[in-house]
Order: sequence, then C-alpha cells, then structure tokens
Amino acid sequence: MSEYRLEMRGVCKSFPGVKALDHAQLHLRPGTVHALMGENGAGKSTLMKCMFGIYKMDEGEIIFEGQKVSIADPLEALKMGIAMVHQELQPIPARTVGENIFLGRYPMKKALGFIPIVDHKKMYEDTAALLKKVRMDFDPRQMLGELSVSQMQSVEIAKAVSANCKVLILDEPTSSLTQNEVEALFRIVDDLKREGVSIVYISHKMDEILRISDEVTIMRDGQYIGTWPAKELTTDSIITKMVGRELTNLFPQRENKPGEVVFRVEDFTSINPKSFRNVNFELRKGEILGVGGLVGAQRTELMEGLFGIRSHTTGRITYKGKEMRINRPKDAIDQGVAMLTEDRRATGILGVLSVADNISVASLKQYLDFHVCINDRKVEKLVQDNVAKMNIKTPSSKTQIKSLSGGNQQKVLIGRWLANDPDVLILDEPTRGIDVGAKYEIYCIIAELAKQGKSIIMISSEMSELIGMSDRVMVMCDGRVTGFIDGQDATQENIMELATQFA
Amino acid sequence: MEKTATSLPQKIWKLIKENPIVVLLVIACVIVGFTIDNFFSIRNFNSLISNTTVRFLIALGVSGCLITKGTDLSAGRAVGLCACLAGTLLQDPTYTGRMYNWPEVSLLVAFIIVVAVGALFGLINGLIISKLNVPPFIATLGTQTIIYGICLVFTDAQPVGKFKDSYKNFVNGTWFSVKGGFPGIPYLLAWAVIFGLFFWFLYNKTTHGKYMYAIGGNENAAEVSGVNTARTKIIIYVTAGMMYAIAGYLLAPKGGGANSGSGMGYELEAIAGCTIGGVSTTGGIGTVGGVLVGVLVFELLKIVLQFLDVNPYYNYIVQGLVIVTAVALDIRKYIAKK
Repeated sequence: MSEYRLEMRGVCKSFPGVKALDHAQLHLRPGTVHALMGENGAGKSTLMKCMFGIYKMDEGEIIFEGQKVSIADPLEALKMGIAMVHQELQPIPARTVGENIFLGRYPMKKALGFIPIVDHKKMYEDTAALLKKVRMDFDPRQMLGELSVSQMQSVEIAKAVSANCKVLILDEPTSSLTQNEVEALFRIVDDLKREGVSIVYISHKMDEILRISDEVTIMRDGQYIGTWPAKELTTDSIITKMVGRELTNLFPQRENKPGEVVFRVEDFTSINPKSFRNVNFELRKGEILGVGGLVGAQRTELMEGLFGIRSHTTGRITYKGKEMRINRPKDAIDQGVAMLTEDRRATGILGVLSVADNISVASLKQYLDFHVCINDRKVEKLVQDNVAKMNIKTPSSKTQIKSLSGGNQQKVLIGRWLANDPDVLILDEPTRGIDVGAKYEIYCIIAELAKQGKSIIMISSEMSELIGMSDRVMVMCDGRVTGFIDGQDATQENIMELATQFA
Repeated sequence: MEKTATSLPQKIWKLIKENPIVVLLVIACVIVGFTIDNFFSIRNFNSLISNTTVRFLIALGVSGCLITKGTDLSAGRAVGLCACLAGTLLQDPTYTGRMYNWPEVSLLVAFIIVVAVGALFGLINGLIISKLNVPPFIATLGTQTIIYGICLVFTDAQPVGKFKDSYKNFVNGTWFSVKGGFPGIPYLLAWAVIFGLFFWFLYNKTTHGKYMYAIGGNENAAEVSGVNTARTKIIIYVTAGMMYAIAGYLLAPKGGGANSGSGMGYELEAIAGCTIGGVSTTGGIGTVGGVLVGVLVFELLKIVLQFLDVNPYYNYIVQGLVIVTAVALDIRKYIAKK
C-alpha cells in the first residue's frame, strides 16, 4: 500500500483553444484535508472533474490505493468511493431529502415476492441515520426545496457519506454559508477526517484553508506549482504562489472625495412584511457605501427593491432632490441607477450569447443609426474599450460569455452597466467567487468610479472587503438598518455588533 | 484565439462536419438528379420555391418564439383560418356559390384585413404568455384549438374556392415566362427574399432582435438589464401571427382553394425546420439562414421522396426520422465541446 490514497500524475486536458491542465498533479493522503488552491481558471475544477470522471483526461494517470485506474464517468467514480459536492448544487427541489440522497440507488424490495419496488421505509430510516451522522436533524421526508442552501449542502454531503466514500471533493462549499453554518460544516469535515476519508477542499477563503487543511496544493495556469504542509504557509505566501508575484496591497489606495448628498432613500418598505422596512439612508456623490449584515438581513432584497426587481409599499427615493419612481429595472436604469446583481448566473450573464451582446444589452439605444439599425462597429468599440480598460481576458468579442472565468464575466457585467454612465451604482457582492488577482482589479475599478464622482453602494459579506473599501458602512439586521459606521472606524467587532442586534 | 481552419480542404471538412444533414441531402439530390429525369428542371425548382416560401414564412414567425424558449402551436391553424378568410374576401364576385355576400374588396384591402386578424391572434397569444404567465406550449395549444373552432364556424366546414383571377395571378404568377418554353420565376420567390432579408435585419440589427436573443439567453438577466421582456415577447408573437396570416393569404390560391383543414400540422413542420436549421429549443440561438436551410431540407426531402416514387404513406416516417437524426447530429456539436 502506498502512502497515498489517490494520486494524479501528469494530467493534461485541452479545450478548443485553451490548455486547461498542463501536467497537473495531486497527491492525497488518507485521513487528511487537502486544500487545492489557485486563481479562477487555474484548473482546479477541471482537475477535479477529471478525477470524478466528468471530463476525460488527454494524458496522465490516476492511481487509487496503489492501483492504476481509469475513471470513465461519475458513476464509476462513486463506485470506487470518490464523491463530489459541486460548487453549484444540483438538487431536485420537488422530491424529499431521502429521495435526493438515494437517487439512482434506491434500496429495493420485492412486492409479492417478485415485483421489484422501492423500499421507502428502509430508505427513510437510512436517511435519518445519515443525517444524524452529519449532525443534521430534519425530517427525511421533507421536500428538499423547503431547505436553506446550507441544509441542502449538508444533504449533498450526507449523500457523499452514504456512498461510503474514501475521497470527498468539496468545491467551494462555504461560498453561500453563514459563519455558524461554516462551523457546522467544519465539524462534519473533522468527523470524516477522523474516519480516514481524504478530503479535497477547494476554496478561495484563506482563513478557512489555513484552519482546516493539513496540506495545500497550489496550481497556476493549469500547472502544478507545489504541495506544502498547511502549517508552513501564510496567507501572503499562498497568494504569492497563486498569482506568481507579490501582491503588496489587498486593496487599492482610494482617492475619491465624498461630496454632497445626492441620493436619498426615505421610509422604504417592502410589500413582504418579513423583508426590508422603514429604511432610511443617504448617499454622497463619489462615496462608497458598504452594506454589511448577516445572510438573511435583507440587504439584497433592499437593493433589488430600490432597483425595481422587487416591489415596495411605501418609500421615497430622490436623486438630487428629484423624486424617482421605480417599479421595474427599466425605470431605475432610465433614471441613472445601475445594479450588478448577486447571482451572476441567474440574473447576470446571458450565457449562450457573445461577450459583445452581453456588454451592450443595457445600452443598445446608444449604438443606433437612424434610430433603428445597430451599428456593430460602435458595439465593437465598446467591447474593445472595456477589454482594454478592465483587462478582460476573452478570445474575441464573439466568444460565448459562459466560457469566460467568473472574474472576466463580472468585468463584462460591470462594463454593461458603465456603458449607461450611471450616477448610482449598486454592487451586490461584486467579488463573490472571484480569485485574488481579479478581485484586486475589481477593487481598482470601484475606486476609480468613485473618484470619477459616481455614488456606489456595495453589499459585501466579506468583512475585510467591507472595511477596506467603504467610506461608510451601513449595517442591516432583520430587514432594518441598525446603524452607520465611518470607514476608518469600522472593525469586524462593531459591524458584527450591529449585524446581530435583533438576533 | 479561436482556432480557424487554414487550408481549403480543412474548411470543406469543417463545413461537412457541422452540417451533416445538409450534406446528406445534397448527395441524395445529386443521385436522384442524375438517375431520374426532370429532377433538375426549372419546373421542379419552381415548385420547390413555392412550397418552401410558404413554409419559410411560417418558420420565420415561429423562430422568434423558439429563440425566446417559447413555441407556437397555433401557427398551422392560424394559417388555415387566414387562408379561408383571404379566400372568402377574394372569391370571384360573379360566382353564385360565394360563402358570404360581402362587398368586393381589393387585393390590398384583403391583405390588410387578413394580416390584422393574424396580428390579433398573435396579440392574444402574447398577452396570455407574458401577462398571464401561461407556458407558451399550453397557451398556444389552447389558442390552436380555439382558432380551429372559429375556422369551422366561419366556413361551416365548407371548402372555399373560385378565387378572383387577379388574386390567383398575384400569387401563382411568374416573371419572364415564355409560352411553351421557360416557365418563368415565381412571384413567391420575392416574398421569401423580402421577408428573409427583413427578418435578418430584425434579428441582427435592431434592439428588438437583440432583446429577443437576450430573453432566450436568460430572461431574468434581460429584465434586470432593462429589457421590457413582456413587451418584447408580445411583439414576437404578434409578428409571428402576421407571418402566419401572410402565409395563409398565399396558401389559398396556391393550393387552388382553402378549407378548415388547411394548414394543419404546419406548426410542427415549421418547428422541425427551425430545429433542423440550428434554432436551439433551449433558447438564445438561431439564425434566419439556419431557418431557411432547415425548411429547404424538409421540402427537398419531400420532393426527393416523390421522385423516388416512394409510397406517400411512408413519407411521414422518413420525415420523422430526419427530424430526430438532424437534431441528434446537430447536438453532437455542443456535446463534443464539453
């Protein structure tokens, strides 16, 4: 028996036009948490998909428990004991927890001695036992759609555990979890580790990585950079290895000067009684207003309300003293408000359409000749300007946006809004799921926009980002604004205190 | 940068690989053409043009619905009703068996009335889909049945025939025909060309077209980007309804008459044509050129089968196989890229 549970050696994988993996490797010991790190596009997910049989490797080998194996599809991977919890969960909301866990391998029994049917009793008993193991105690017969995202994730992990997995891949498991939920997840990970499971942990969050992982493998541009014991690493050394250069500052120097109050929201209340209510705040010209709070504080709902995606009952929005009537996004856009939404995939990108179509969709009226005919050269110029200004990496303006990395997609979406030259820009988690290098670039863009005099509202769940980028922080809890803190006075503690006022 | 084929043979191979069904059909045409007389004749070509034009106009209408992840099952019945209405309006005034004793109207007035009726049904579809949020499949299944019912009531299930000569000539006439010699170029070709160009412009050069693709790509994201998705969809269904009306107007004299059964199943042919031509049923993808190719493939197939003297009962089986094969082959292009 070799010292490794699983090894991947010399793995190469090409997609049309890109070499995604270039002799990548991974050495996984039993009973350890192995963090896999790298910028977006470094090939982490691709490597895992090769391990899990979703992609076929062009070159390379996988050695599992000392044997050379080939994994043709996920089913085979599962049979060998390799399980994966995907970055985007793919549950079936209209079926029960038990059915989701045992999907495709239902326990069977024979009715009348010969008709094979699903043994529901056994399935739900097994589910209950499994849920206990992952420290969750909800009803196995509950519809999955009624659960929160973190609970669904626990179900996914329970599913992986139920397959008696020896290798468990967790792809960005904490990106949508609150601090408490993260703790719960870590307890499960510890339990599994103790049972000898090898865990591959993909995440961008340094503190998590340093806390729970035993070893760290770093990748860059599809290549293997190296593997180190986590103890020997620091946040700085990881970042340096990931980006291949020293990143001295996490945040750019801001030169914006907040001016007079331009945007004012008064007594803004949702039609949904559990959502935002009686919200009052003002925003200055050239100011970055950070919005903090826990998940569920209704920050996104409030901003979507201001932008006309959600409805409100009462409230007044004024820009430079003039009242704005906003009932749908188009109204907001026409009056100079733009909003980068939280969920890029659901409400941001037009996946199958080109970069050019994506960047121009909100401002098409500007490129018309004779009021009807779109001038493709003007659109192309818009694309090229943005590509140059924001360093967007795309093969061409005709490339489908879904083939770009998250950071580049985000830049295209920012470009979409800037094309309208808005006065107020709402950014909802602008750096979620984006790697360190691209994050810094996006911060620079935000700082530059504020300097130009645009008023910016930025929702963020990352404390360091909130503190590092905001002129002022507005904190929300349970649908209400609980306070404002000046940017230089903001600390993790005083933000948390306001964020948990009613909790 | 994206890889591009460099040499000519590579380019040809790429073309073949990406359009297998078209290549197969071209081969079939060549074989049939060289083994059976009259296949490569102007007369046969003209009949292909006339058949294709009507189907192409309908498919253009449906394509917008498909690109926005919708569909329009009422297309065929709308064509049928509009054919009956146009025929009734333009029956020979001296004919004693006229359906209704309506005052005589000109070709243009009849055209406007028919198109208005088509637009009205399109508007109803659009409102049901975007205001009542009924899924397009169900909404247009309902209106399909309603339109058929209206057509039965309107015609009392009797055929409409004996059209004015001017109407017949307007649709079936040709340019440059020589008696006993060159059969001429059918007027219908002009309809196909004009509307083909119009839709190409609409889809590629106007905000409406871009919004249509945006809705197909991601309706929520389009709405957030300021696209009035409800209005855009209504316009798409109204435009579609107008296209069915025009197809119906042309269909009546082309077939020599119309009845409540006219246009039956055309919606499925149109959807099949669009899909063969690469319009994605998952939305956001589709071109006018593709629609034309898809419809042409279908019509060519029919003619090839006819020339091969295949029992017409087998035609549907072959057509069905072609639909499935074409889409299965087409989807390979996307799967392979994973």
